[in-house]
Amino acid sequence: MSQKSEKLIDKKGLRLDGRKPDELRPIKIDIGVLSNADGSAYIEQGKNKILAAVYGPKELHPKHLALQDRMVLRCRYHMAPFSVQERKSPAPSRREVELSKVIREALEPSIFLEYYPRTGTDVFVEVLQADGSTRCASITAASLALADAGIPMRDLVVACSAGKVDDTILLDLMDTEDKLGVADVPVALMPNLNAMTLLQMDGILTLEEFEKAVNLALEGCTKIYSMQKEALKAKYVSVKEVEE
Amino acid sequence: MAIITRVKQKEIAQLIAKGKRLDDRNLTDYREIKLEQGIIERAEGSARVLLGRTEVMVGTKIETGQPFPDTPNEGVLTVNAELVPLASSTFEPGPPDENSIELARIVDRGIRESKAIDLGKLCIEPGKNVFVVFVDVYVLNHDGNLIDASALAALAALLNTKMPNYEIEEGEVKIKPGYVPLLIRRHPITVTFAKIDEKLVVDPWLEEEQIMDARLSMAIDDDGNICAIQKGGSGYFSPQQILEAAKIAGEKAEEIGKKLGWR
Repeated sequence: MSQKSEKLIDKKGLRLDGRKPDELRPIKIDIGVLSNADGSAYIEQGKNKILAAVYGPKELHPKHLALQDRMVLRCRYHMAPFSVQERKSPAPSRREVELSKVIREALEPSIFLEYYPRTGTDVFVEVLQADGSTRCASITAASLALADAGIPMRDLVVACSAGKVDDTILLDLMDTEDKLGVADVPVALMPNLNAMTLLQMDGILTLEEFEKAVNLALEGCTKIYSMQKEALKAKYVSVKEVEE
Repeated sequence: MAIITRVKQKEIAQLIAKGKRLDDRNLTDYREIKLEQGIIERAEGSARVLLGRTEVMVGTKIETGQPFPDTPNEGVLTVNAELVPLASSTFEPGPPDENSIELARIVDRGIRESKAIDLGKLCIEPGKNVFVVFVDVYVLNHDGNLIDASALAALAALLNTKMPNYEIEEGEVKIKPGYVPLLIRRHPITVTFAKIDEKLVVDPWLEEEQIMDARLSMAIDDDGNICAIQKGGSGYFSPQQILEAAKIAGEKAEEIGKKLGWR
C-alpha cells in the first residue's frame, strides 16, 4: 500500500496539491440544482463532483416496506461509469451497496422520521467524478438536499475524512493519498449535538494516532458545516429577494 | 425483525443502566467462545465458532485466477458472507442483501488491513496467474454479534488453510500432490459494541441488538493497533464514546487473543 508514499508529502510538509496537512480542499456547494427533485444539492470538493437528490416524503413502494411509526429512508450511492480512471460498471458493486447503507445510517439520526409515518423518502447520490473521500462529500451534499426538500431535521450532517500518510495525520484525503497512504478515517457529525453518525476506518493506526485523526476530521467537519449553512443561506436569501 | 416486547426492552435498558445484563454478563464480558478447526475435509481450511448461541462456520477454498490489474503481483482475497435462511426466521433466501455484504466487507477489511495474509506470496506469474483465497462465511445460528463470530471463524479457518504445491512447467501451472500451510502473519480480532441508552455493551446478543441505538466494530491487530472500524445502525456516538470503545476493544482483543493462543 505505502511503497510510493514518500512522494506524497514534500520537504516543506506540503501535499501533492500544495495543501498543508490540516487543510481542506476547495469546496463549492450549490443547493436546489435539479428541478424535478424535492430537494437537491451539488458539491465539488477538490476534483470530487457529486450530485444528491431527495424525493419524498411520499407513498412507499412496495407498500409492505412501510413502517407504521416512522418514515423509511432509502439511500442509493452510485458512481458514474466515467467517474474514475478505469470505467466502472454501472451495476451496483458491493462497495456501493455498503456505502449506500452507511450513508443512510449517517443521515437517519438527523431526521425526525416519526413525523411522517407510513411514508418513504429516497436519497440518490451520483458521484460524477471521484477523487477520494466521496462518501464524506456525498453525506455533506445529501444532508443539504434533505434540508432543501424541507424535511425536518435535528441538525445538518457533515462529513470529512482524515488519515495517515507516511507519518503524518492529514485532513481530507484525496484519491492518491487514500490509495497510497497508511490509513483512512471517514467521520460524519451533527455538530450541534456533538454526535458522530458515521465512523469507518481502514489501515493501521495506534490508539493515539486514531484519536488525533478523529479530532482532525471533526475539526474539518466544523469548517465544512459553516460552508453548508452559507450555501443554504445563499439559496434561500436569493429566493426571498425574488419574492419581494 | 423479530418482535421484542416493550417490557423486555425496558428491562434490558434498566439492567444495563445498572451495569448488568439479562444473561448475567458484565457490560464488557464476552459470551463463551468455542472454536473448532478443520471440520470440513473438502475445504482447504475450515472453522466453526460458537459465540454463546451464535454459530458461524467458515470454509476457505484456494484456486488460481487472474490478479486485479492494479495489483499484478498480489494474490486475491475474496470474502463472502451468507446469511443462511436456516439460521434465523429473519433471513431470506436470495442474493446477498446489504447486511450480508456489509458483514463480508467488515470481515474482509479486518483481514486485509491488518495484512494478515501476505498477498505478495500468492503470486504465481505477475499479471497473469495468482492464487485466489476464497473465504466463505456461513452463518448457521443468529443470536447476535455475527461480526465478531464471523471474524474469529474466518481467521481460524485461514490459520487452518493448506496451500496447494505447484510448479511451473513451460509456462503452465501444474498443481503437485501435497500441501503447505497458508502463511498467516497477523491475528486481527474484531470487537463489537452496542450502544443502549448511552451505555456501551460488548458482544451484544440478539435481544440487545434489536433495541440498540447504534453499533460499533473495531478490529485490533497483534500490537494493539486499530486496523478497521465500522459504525452501524441508525444512531450515533459521541467522540468520547468512540475513544472509550477503542480502549476497551484493545483490552478485549488482547484477552480473547491470549485465550485462543493468538497473542
